[in-house]
Formats: sequence, structure tokens, C-alpha cells
Amino acid sequence: MSHATLSPRRSSLRGATLPKWFAWAVAAGSVAAGLGISAAAGLESSIQWALIAAVLFVLGSYAVSAKVEGRRQAKDRTATSLVWVAFLLAVVPLASLMWETVKRGVKVLDGYFLTHSMGVVADTEPGGGIYHAILGTLEQVGLATVISVPVGVLTAIYLVEYGRGRLAKAVTFFVDVMTGIPSIVAGLFILSVWVLMLDMGPSGFAGSMALSILMIPVVVRSTEEMLKLVPNELREASLALGVPKWRTILKVVLPTSIGGITTGVMLAIARITGETAPVLLLVWVTNFINANPFQDPQASLPMYIYLQYQNSGGYGAAYDRAWAAALTLIAFIMILNMVARGIARWKAPKTGR
Amino acid sequence: MAKRIDVSGLNAYYGSFLAIEDISMTVEPRSVTAFIGPSGCGKSTFLRTLNRMHEVTPGGRVEGKVMLDDENLYGAGIDPVSVRREVGMVFQRPNPFPTMSVYDNVAAGLRLNGKYKKSELDDIVEKSLRGANLWNEVKDRLNKPGSGLSGGQQQRLCIARAIAVEPNVLLMDEPCSALDPISTLAIEDLIGELKERFTIVIVTHNMQQAARVSDRTAFFNLAAVGQPGKLIEIDDTERIFSNPSVQATEDYISGRFG
Amino acid sequence: MDITTQTTKVPQTPQPSLTDGKPTPRGATRPGDRIFLGLSRGSGILVLVIMAAIAAFLTYRAALALGENEANFFTSLEWNPSGIPPKFGIAVLAFGTIVSSVIAMVIAVPISVGIALFITHYAPRKLGGAIAYVIDLLAAVPSIVYGLWGALVLVPHLEGLYGWLDDYLGWTGVFEWNGGAPRSLFTIGILLAIMILPIITNVSREVFRQVPRMHEEAALALGATRWEVIRMSVLPFGRSGVISASMLGLGRALGETMAVAMVLSSSFDINASLLDTGGGTFAQNIASKFNEATVIGRDALIASGLVLFVITLLVNGAARLIIARRKEYSGANA
Repeated sequence: MSHATLSPRRSSLRGATLPKWFAWAVAAGSVAAGLGISAAAGLESSIQWALIAAVLFVLGSYAVSAKVEGRRQAKDRTATSLVWVAFLLAVVPLASLMWETVKRGVKVLDGYFLTHSMGVVADTEPGGGIYHAILGTLEQVGLATVISVPVGVLTAIYLVEYGRGRLAKAVTFFVDVMTGIPSIVAGLFILSVWVLMLDMGPSGFAGSMALSILMIPVVVRSTEEMLKLVPNELREASLALGVPKWRTILKVVLPTSIGGITTGVMLAIARITGETAPVLLLVWVTNFINANPFQDPQASLPMYIYLQYQNSGGYGAAYDRAWAAALTLIAFIMILNMVARGIARWKAPKTGR
Repeated sequence: MAKRIDVSGLNAYYGSFLAIEDISMTVEPRSVTAFIGPSGCGKSTFLRTLNRMHEVTPGGRVEGKVMLDDENLYGAGIDPVSVRREVGMVFQRPNPFPTMSVYDNVAAGLRLNGKYKKSELDDIVEKSLRGANLWNEVKDRLNKPGSGLSGGQQQRLCIARAIAVEPNVLLMDEPCSALDPISTLAIEDLIGELKERFTIVIVTHNMQQAARVSDRTAFFNLAAVGQPGKLIEIDDTERIFSNPSVQATEDYISGRFG
Repeated sequence: MDITTQTTKVPQTPQPSLTDGKPTPRGATRPGDRIFLGLSRGSGILVLVIMAAIAAFLTYRAALALGENEANFFTSLEWNPSGIPPKFGIAVLAFGTIVSSVIAMVIAVPISVGIALFITHYAPRKLGGAIAYVIDLLAAVPSIVYGLWGALVLVPHLEGLYGWLDDYLGWTGVFEWNGGAPRSLFTIGILLAIMILPIITNVSREVFRQVPRMHEEAALALGATRWEVIRMSVLPFGRSGVISASMLGLGRALGETMAVAMVLSSSFDINASLLDTGGGTFAQNIASKFNEATVIGRDALIASGLVLFVITLLVNGAARLIIARRKEYSGANA
């Protein structure tokens, strides 16, 4: 062919290919070399030898492959190694986070820890617990849920079932905007209204209001998605029977999508349970049990962790408590997440995706 | 550049499911071979084993031999990437790269395989588009996105993209099934011209099309749903449509089933 | 709906089966419907009211503080709102916020894209699914825990890396290190990167999964290697999705409070070296200064919060815009 001379191609389909174990061999070699270099140079940080190994791995596989398989194959191999390295780079810190939290958290986490407050335990002493913080978190999150779920679900119903025109468009847009509000800004807003203007003191309820601002858009979004999944035929069937629209929504649409809505609400709860910034501004924290969310500072798990960390004075006892509280918090959030996802999978309408 | 394909004892699997069983046939160079048969008989699967695209599907696996002249595509040390460059493919639905211009679509395969000067690329792109009977329609919009063309033009763009790298064989998987009759006619004319240079294998649902464009026709069938597809017979197209040697072929062609 | 109810109003042909014995109001004015519509529309309006109130109240409190400010709010390097006269500016905070977020993005975006590709195109199917699930869960880990981990685990591990950077890149000035605890903006950047990884990964993964099979096969059939398939079909298709995912991640990095407050050793100055302690971010500054703040001090913090609010609005707005555009684009080509 006319341009065959321009593109000299290999006459054969046979490309020299490196064996399957090649990548593993290079990886093992790189890790060994990384460890060796670190030991020789006296580098003690694991981050360093890991980075050395990663660089050696990528360069090594490129060099060998370029020599044996050709440039295109080498590029492909480099991409593969980079993707693997990216994966490992990300997994290491995230795994370390989970591992350290569990390892350091179980030290003082026991029945006593869960059922006692800090009371008069000094920050540097061992002992004490998180009962008051669990109580505060449950109350604050509970109140926020009570505020957010009706508002969120009704807003979603408005958008899906009634919403046409400018108002619905504006609401959709601002729900999106609200999703992105930093939690500290939500806290500042309640601060300026509730504390600075109305002159109220810190309380669990003030925190709940700020948490609601963070929770409402999440509830709206997920509920909206779920309501959209309800087939129109169901609505029409009900309306055709002469059932009024509001009863159709309450008796047909909502029950059909209740599984998905529950999932969304649980994920929203999981999201706000760990929020610290607004609580720091509005609820403050205390070492004592305060069961009344409407008056006086109240403890919460995130603030408890923060307080133990800040006031530890470098002593292990406070750090141990902080880790144990972190483990409790993560366990709570993870369980909520997993249950929510379980419900979603179990209740999912069978729409072939 | 056209090469002969010689298949012997080929099985293809999806996971543990045997999709086509024990296929042997020869595809002559510089000719058009059509695969016909009822839905699910494995003709597309078989086509995809000819350029090692079958194994891209999760669970896809092939046993047997496919000789391209004197080289077994499934032999040890064969690089599937090089195979696919030698054996081009056109798909059922036109699939130009949506983010690339008409020009870049045609040049895509060339750019993979090496460095070209701008003028060389220009030449090859024009030649390929002319070869696909598309040049006159797109010469003023080479830098517009390929997805802006009509369906028939998109399919011819895909053919231009496939022939730009000068493959030995061109596989076409129901290339006209998503097109209107006029575009279909344009593609059929094109196939007639392309067989001067390439070995062409085409899968089609449309028996008139097979009769119109092909020199040889292979009929595939399966005993029942869930059974593997098999090659029933392959012969000159004229013979298959006038006087097939197997009863099932005649039943299918005369519309008694399928 | 209106037509059917009007026919039932014709007095000669009462239809008890439809009215169920009750008086038949017109569809739109049926009390149940009216109340329900009112409630749901009211909730929608409440969302708008809240957003308007946030903007209004923050602006009002900020204006109070800015009225007394004797320094330039945007350029001053001081933060002394309770001084006489009050002087405060956000230059240090803007610098710290932008620098730490940029570091976070530079680290997180390529790695996230890598993991997303790993899940969708490299890992075996089951492994990919499991990893995706775990990363989904990790997106829910609260920032206070990242803060605790960052302060007690990450920081001690970074000294070696800091030493390296100082040895080999110290001459640039940017990576000069005076040997202090590695609690600088650079560490914050790394920590923020780890925090936003799951978000960017999740969104990118979704986008990559939606790449039509036929585009990938088009590239494969031309004799493309796996990487070339990704470069030719997957990345162009997913580009806008990755950009908007990154913007969402950036939004979170900009507003992150507790993790930064716990790890950063802050001071109110701008330091040319990223490795030396100092600097601050909007959110961290609010959290750390809030306790000792006087009335005007709080208002000054609110003023800085307003700036943060506006920045995150712009970033998130841009992300949404890209997503919306992409929907149209992919719809046209579906």
C-alpha cells in the first residue's frame, strides 16, 4: 500500500511479551530495594521507603518493558503501575486511620466507659467515660432529625409532585447550594440569629438547628431521587380511582418509596453525627451530664474527642479516651451506613440499570 | 494485504456457557463472506473471535485455532493488540469517538501506531475517507465533531477509521442494522469496492443483503436455546441461496423458521 | 381533573359513588389537597428563606464589624478585632486556605482518578466492587477523627519526608524547613487530600462506569492497548465529571474546620515556606479564635465566614454547572 513505507510495521503479530509474574517480581524487587535503601541511609519513616519503592516500581517496570516489549506496551504498563500505586497510596492512610482508631480505641472502651460521664475526673487522669457525650449527641442529632425530616421530605414532595415553574427551579438550585455550605458557616448563621440577636445561651437545641441546615438538603436530594423512581402509572391508577392527590401521595407514593427515603435519612444522620464545628460554636461542651438539650452547654461525641485532645497535656489517659470516643463514633456511623445501604439494596425497586 | 483466514475446531465460551462449538471454515482473501442465521446462533460471537475481541467480554474465552495466513491468532506469544490492528472491525451501531473531530476519528488508529507528519496524515485521512465514499460529504467539516454526522455517515466514518490503518481483514458486525435503506445501499456499494483490497467478513440479519454483497455465505444455527451455535454449512452464495446442501439452510432461507 | 369534578357538580345527576356521601369540593380547593400543597410548598419556601437569611444575617453582622475595622479587610495581615482601634484582615486566611486546598487538589485528584480507574478498569470485578463499597464508607468518616489521626499518627510520620524535601528542594525556598513540628500548611494539604479522596473517587468512578461500551470497543478494535483505550474513550468522556467531582472535593477542603484546627500549628502570618509552621485557614481561624472572641471579635469572625461562604458557593456553583452541562451533552449522544 502506498503509505506502508511510511509506517514500517512489524511483519508478525508476535510481540515479545513479559510473563504474568513480571509485575509482581518488579513490585517485590522495588519493595526490597526501598527497604534496603532506607536501612542503608538510616531513614526511619515508613512513608519514605514506601515512596522509594513506588518510584522504583513505576520506573523499573517501564524500563524493562520498554526494552523488551516496545514503547507502547511500556506506556500501557506504566499506566497500570501508576493506577496500582495510586490505589496503594490511598489505601495506606485510609487503612491506617481505621486500624489506629480500632487499636488505640479498644484500650479503654468498655461498659464502664460507655455508662459514666467525666464528672470530676481530671483531664490527665485515667477513668471517666462518654455517657454524657453519647446522651448529648443522641439528643442533638435526634432534634435535628425531627426538624429536618418533615421539612426535607415535604420539600422533595413539592419538587417532584407539584413543582413546576420558577419557584421549584429556585428551590432545586438552592438545595444544591445548601449542600455545599461549610458546617462552620451554618454554625455562624445560627450564632448570629440565636445567640447574637435573640441573646440565647449555648444549648443542644441551638446546635440542632445548625445541624438541620446541613441535613435538610441531603434529605431533600435523596427523597427526591426516590420519589422519581415511583412509576407514574401507580399515581395515575390511584387518581383514576378518584383518590385525591394528597391521599395518593400519602398512601401510594410514600409507602412505595419508604425504603429509599429511610436509607437517605439514615445517611443524612450519619453525616451530621460527626459534625463538630457548629457544635463548637453553639453547644460548647461540658464534663457533666446535661439531659436538657434546651438549656446550658451539652457534651457530644465529636466535642468530647476535641476536648480530650486539646486538654490532654500530652498525657496518654486523655488520648486513650479520645480514641475510644472516636471508635464509638465511627462504629455508630458505620453501622448506620451499612444498615442504610442494606435497606437500600433490600428495598430497591427492581429497575434494570 | 488481504489475508486468508483458516479456522479449525473453534469453541467460544461465556464463563462456563459454550456459545459456539467446533467451528471450522476458510475465508478467502479479497472476497466478501457473509454470516447468516437466527438470533443467538453465535455468528457475532464467532466474528469477534476473529480479532480476539471476544475475550474482552467478561468471562469470554476461546479454544481452537484461527490461522491468519500462517500465523495462529491464539498461539503463544501473540499480542491481541497487534491482532486487532491487523483485523479491523466495524460495529452494529456507529461508534465514532464523540469528543473527536471527523479528522481525528480517522487518524485515531494511525496516531496509536506511530508518528506521522501532518502532510502524511492529511493524505491518509483523505484517502480513507474517499475509500469510504465519505470525502465529498465531509471535506468541509473535517474539524467538526464526528458525532454531528448522520447515522449512515457515522458508519462510513467508522469504516474509514478502520481502513485507515490498512488492516488485512475487515470484520463487519451487522453494519447496516441501525441505518435507513439509502444509507444501507451506500454501505453495500462500499463493501463491493472494499473487497478489491481487503478480506471482508460481514454478519447480517438480512438475507437479501447477504445475497447482494457476498461471494460466499456461511449459515449458523443452534439446536435449541441454551445449546451452542454451530456452523451448518458454508458455500458460494449463489449455491446457498439456490441449492443448499443441508435441509435446515433451505428452511431458513425460504423463511420457514428464524 | 377539573373536567371530571365539574361534571359531578351538575345537580340532576348526583353520583354518590364518586363523592362517597361527602360534599364534593372542586379538585384544587379540596381541603386535604390545599393543606398538603400548602405544607409542601411552604417547606420549599422555607429552604429559600433559610438561604436568604444566611446571606442576610452574615452580611449584617459582617457589616457591623467592618464598620469599625481600621485596617483593609482584604489586605491586612493583622487579626486584632478587639484592639483599639480594631484591625483585622483576611489576607493570611485567604493565603492559607488557598495554599492548603491547592496542595490537597494536586495530591488528591490524580490519585482519585487512579483509584477510580482501578475500580472500573483494572481490578477484577468483585475486588473492584468491594473497594468501591469501602471507599463509600470512608467518605462518611467524620473530620474530627481525621483530625485526631492526623495529629497523633500522620504528623509524627512526616518528619522524614520533611527532612527529604528540605534536603533536596530546600533551595527553592518553598520547601525550606526549620525543623519544627510538621504541623504546617503542607501537612494540612496532605490531610485534606486524604479526606477528599473518597468523594472525588466516588463521583469519578460513577462517571467512568457510564462510558458506553461501544466507545471502548471502538478503540480496542483499532488495536489500542488498555491505557490507549482509557486515553481515547474513557478520559474524554469522563473529563467534565472528574472536573465537577474535583470541585465538590475542593468545596469540602475549603470549608474543613476541625481537622485543620487540630493539626495546624497556626499563627497569623504568611510564610514563604510551606513546611514551616504558621498561617491559618478561614474555618480553622473561626474555630480557634471563637472562644476568646469579644462581641466585635465574633462579628469579625463572621465577616471572614461570609467570605468563605461566598467562595464555596462559587466553587460549588461551578461544579453544578459543569454537571448540568454534561447531562445535556451525554443526553444528546445517548
